[in-house]
This record gives sequence, C-alpha cells and structure tokens, in this order.
Amino acid sequence: MKKTETGTRKIKSVSYAKWGYIFITPFFLTYFVFTLIPQFLTIYNSFFETYRDGLTQIGPNFVGLENYATLFAPDPSGTVLIFKYALNTLVMWFAGALPQFVIAMLLALFFTSYRLNIKGQSFFKTVIYMPNLIMAAAFSMLFFTLFSRVGPIQGLLESWGVLDHSFDFFAFRITVRGMVALMNFLMWFGNTTIVLMAGIMGIDQALFESATIDGANSVQVFFQVTMPLLMPIFVYCLITAMIGGIQMFDVPQVLTKGDGIPNGTTRTLVMYLNGYLRTKNYGMAGAISVIIFIITGVLGAIVYRMLSAQYKDSGRKHRERRGNVL
Amino acid sequence: MSKNISENTMGKIKLTILRVIVYAILIFLTFLCLFFFYLMIINATRSNAQLATGFSLLPKENFFVNLKNAWNDASINIPRGMLNSLIIALSAAILTTYFSALTAYGVHVYDFKGKRFVFTFIMAVMMIPAQVSALGFVQLMTKMNLLNSYIPLIIPSIAAPVVFFYMKQYMESVLPLDIIGAARVDGSSEFRTFNTIVLPIMKPALAVQMIFSFVSSWNNYFVPALLLDKAEMKTVPIMIAQLRSADYSKFDMGKVYMFILLAILPVLIVYIFLSKSIIKGVTAGSVKG
Repeated sequence: MKKTETGTRKIKSVSYAKWGYIFITPFFLTYFVFTLIPQFLTIYNSFFETYRDGLTQIGPNFVGLENYATLFAPDPSGTVLIFKYALNTLVMWFAGALPQFVIAMLLALFFTSYRLNIKGQSFFKTVIYMPNLIMAAAFSMLFFTLFSRVGPIQGLLESWGVLDHSFDFFAFRITVRGMVALMNFLMWFGNTTIVLMAGIMGIDQALFESATIDGANSVQVFFQVTMPLLMPIFVYCLITAMIGGIQMFDVPQVLTKGDGIPNGTTRTLVMYLNGYLRTKNYGMAGAISVIIFIITGVLGAIVYRMLSAQYKDSGRKHRERRGNVL
Repeated sequence: MSKNISENTMGKIKLTILRVIVYAILIFLTFLCLFFFYLMIINATRSNAQLATGFSLLPKENFFVNLKNAWNDASINIPRGMLNSLIIALSAAILTTYFSALTAYGVHVYDFKGKRFVFTFIMAVMMIPAQVSALGFVQLMTKMNLLNSYIPLIIPSIAAPVVFFYMKQYMESVLPLDIIGAARVDGSSEFRTFNTIVLPIMKPALAVQMIFSFVSSWNNYFVPALLLDKAEMKTVPIMIAQLRSADYSKFDMGKVYMFILLAILPVLIVYIFLSKSIIKGVTAGSVKG
C-alpha cells in the first residue's frame, strides 16, 4: 500500500498525522472505559467467589477455576444446566433461522427475477422488514397477551372447536419454543431477504444470461451460478444470525417472565446469565459471560476474516477506480 | 412452427401459475407480519369487558378511554418512560453518528502510525455483544455511582464499531479527498472541514445510522434493566417487561394493549415516514465493493 503512494502524499500525511489521533481519541477513550475495562472486570470476576447469601456478602475470594467447575457440574437431577440452556438456545434459534433463510432466499430470488417481474416490491419489502424494528420486549408481551388463556387466539381456536378451554399455550415446551421461534422468524426474515437480494443484484447479470443461453434451467442457474457467487454473503448472514441467536434474550425473557417455562426448557444462555446478575452472583455470572464470549469470539473471528477479505477487495477496486488522490 | 407456439403458450401458462404461487406466498407473509399488530391495534380500542368476549377483527370505541387509562396509570408511568427513552435514544443517536463519522474520518483521511492496528482492532471487536461485558459494566457503573442515570446508556454510544464501519465504507465511496485538500488551501481548519464540508456530504449515511441507532436504543432492554430500578428512571422496555410480571388477570387488558401500542408507536411512525431510506440503508450496509 505504501509503495503506491506518491511522495507528496507522504509529506502531507506526516504533517497532519496528529489530527488522525485527535479524531479517533473520543472513540477509543469511550471504548476503553465502557467496554474494555468492563470486559476485563467480567473475566476477572469469573475467578472469584462473589455472591450474596441473604443479606451477607460472601467474597470476593479467589477460587481459581471453581466457578467454571460448578458451571459444568451436573445438578442433583443429573443435568448440566449450561448445556441444557445452550441446547434450548440452539433449538429455538434453529427453529426460527431455518424458515428465515429458506423463505428469505426464495423471496430474494422472486424479487430479483426479471421473468417473474413481481409488482409491488417496495410495499412487500416495507411490510416484511417492519417487524425487525419493533421492540422485541413489546412484541413478546403482545404474543403473551394474544396467546394467553384469556387471549383472543385461544378464544378463536376454541370457537372453531380446535382447542378446548383447558388448553394452555404456555404449558408445553413445543408451543412456547414455537412462539419464540415464530417471533424470531418474523423479526429477521425481512432483513435477510433484503441483504440476500442486494447480494444477488450485485452478481454480474451477464453470467445469468450466458448460463441461460447455454441451456441451463432456473434450478441449474441457482445451484451453479447464483449460490456459489452468493456464498460469501450467505455465510456472513448465517454467522451474524448465529451471533444474534446466542444473544437471544428479550423475547423468551418477557414471554416466560424470565422463568423459561415450562421447566426451564425455553431458558436461554443470556437468561441464565441475567439470573445470576440479578441475584448478584458475580462469580457465576462472570464464568457464563466468558463462555458466551468465547463462542461469539469464534463466530466473530469468521465474520472478521470474511469482512477483511472483502474489504481488501473493495479497497483495491476502489483505488483502481479513483486512482490515487492526495 | 405450431410446436413452437404451443411451447410458448405452455411457458406462459407455467409462468402464470408460478406468479400466482409467488403472490400467494407474498400475501401470506404480509398477512403474518401484520396480523399480530392489527390485533394489537384493534384490541387497544376495546374495553376489558369486550376483550373478555374473545377474538374480534373490528375496532370498538374505547381507544381514548384506554389511552387515558394507560397514560395515567399509577404503577406504570408510561409518559415518563417514553420521555426517558426519548432522551436516551435521541442523545445516543446523535453521539453515535457524529463520533462514528469523526472516527471513520480520522482513519480514512489521515496517515498515522498504528492506523492499521486501529482499523483491525475495531473490525475485530465489532461482533462482540454487549452482554459479555455487562457484568463488569454494571460493577463499574455502580462504583462510579451511575446507577439510575442516563449517562451509562448514552455516553458508550460514542464508540460504536458497526456504525464506524458503515461510515468508513460510505466515505470510501463518496468522499473525494481532493475536496479536503482544497479546503486546506483555503485555510479551513481540520475540524471546520469535517463539520462544514464532510458532514453535509455524509448526510444520507448519518440519517440512516441515526435512525438505526435511535431504534436500537429505544428497544434496548438487557443493559438498561440492569442499571435502572428507580421508577422515574425506567425506560419503556423495562416497563413493558414489568407488565408481564404483574398479575395480568387483574389487569385491564385494554390498557395492556395500549401500553404495547405506545411502546412501539414512535418507531412505527418513524418507519412509516422513512421506510424507503431505512431499507436502502439495510441494503447499503450489507454489500460492499
């Protein structure tokens, strides 16, 4: 990069370098105080025993990895809670993400197809993206009231004779998980559709044309041309969706009053963390935070690699397009 | 020849069938997206007694009664909550867009030692969610005596890696560096150049990010719920969650639907007016190069 720069730029940049530092200082100062220090404090706490027993404050006492040992130890019934909650999170995420990606892919293909020439696209896009902006806590509260035993959905299904009055949507694992998955699906499929659409429209149109001229049908075009070229954006969407999934909190928390009913089967990892934060058991909360940090870190690293690869690409294109100014 | 024609008509019929299926899917999804919100609005116009009779698709006349009841509720001070949320979300939106643009400008325009590291660092931390440092954040805010304060919910938005990344990308595609050179020749100071020349060029990006930041701050529940427990400091999502913990069987349900409606109304209004640019923003944020 340095080599391509002209001499004049170097002279100029040297004299203005201090402004670069000045302009980025607020960001880094804020990041340091409000994110970096808390991050280290969180990790630090995970090695200490700190909790409240009634009114007495226990600790902080250094206990090494004991919090982690507790975290992965089976409870009296033989379940390791963190695995159970991780599995809950995964199941609910997957149940929402599968239709999210299938539908989004289909819609993206419909909307970009010249042959189909779908009318009213901007209306449909506006509608399907809308749930993404709705407050998750409020959306979840709405589902609770609509699906509660005295709610209108129950009433409607009873009047149709589908359900009898003793039925309770909140008594079954499958219905509560289903509601969470449905909300997550509704909140995210529009977003994914728009991103995938942008990806498809970024593909060189000539490739589709030549494939069609060569006699490929639309299924072949999708698997041989569209999908391979869309792969980076698709994987990016998928991994960011996973990172979002690990953070799943607002919807199941409000829907189940934080209890993860029935029997903790809809409790997510972050709900577990939230429980310890509320009871001020900072040792255990720290250990859970570190586990979540590691999982997101691995997924984030993949996103980072993809973004920086793409970034170098676009940077190169950009320089080629504009030449070297300044 | 006739074979060609029949093939042609076959193709047309196929296409028509396909179109019908596609529109059916789209209409079904539209229904699914709007149905629950439609029920919410309808139910916000019904009285508790009317709600007890079950499902209805038609509005009743109780809208303003419910609004009055919700607005004046003794335990959930929704006007105060909306004011708190509004102050926090607006301030956060302004800070996040201004400082993200400033930071992106610093990295984009100037050459300095460690610039590569700065960029790499911001990209690397971009995907780390707030939850994993929430514990330390709450501890630190407690020590700094900032519980039940707006500050911990506003100031951190100065450092928003995702918004930085968006701004940086935007600058690369629209910001001609020779303008900055020209401004220098004219004797403009670096800050003045940024504020009076660069920011106006960045207007579309600033607007989009301001909307997104406002919305995510307005909807934010996890961290505020850990920091705010005084009734007069609570934000809207905390109050909504509180509704769920209350014994809902004793509640006036018409009021509950009204609370939910009030909670999402500001964002809904923003969306109705700005949906075009919001969707453009999603598109632009996703594809690069």
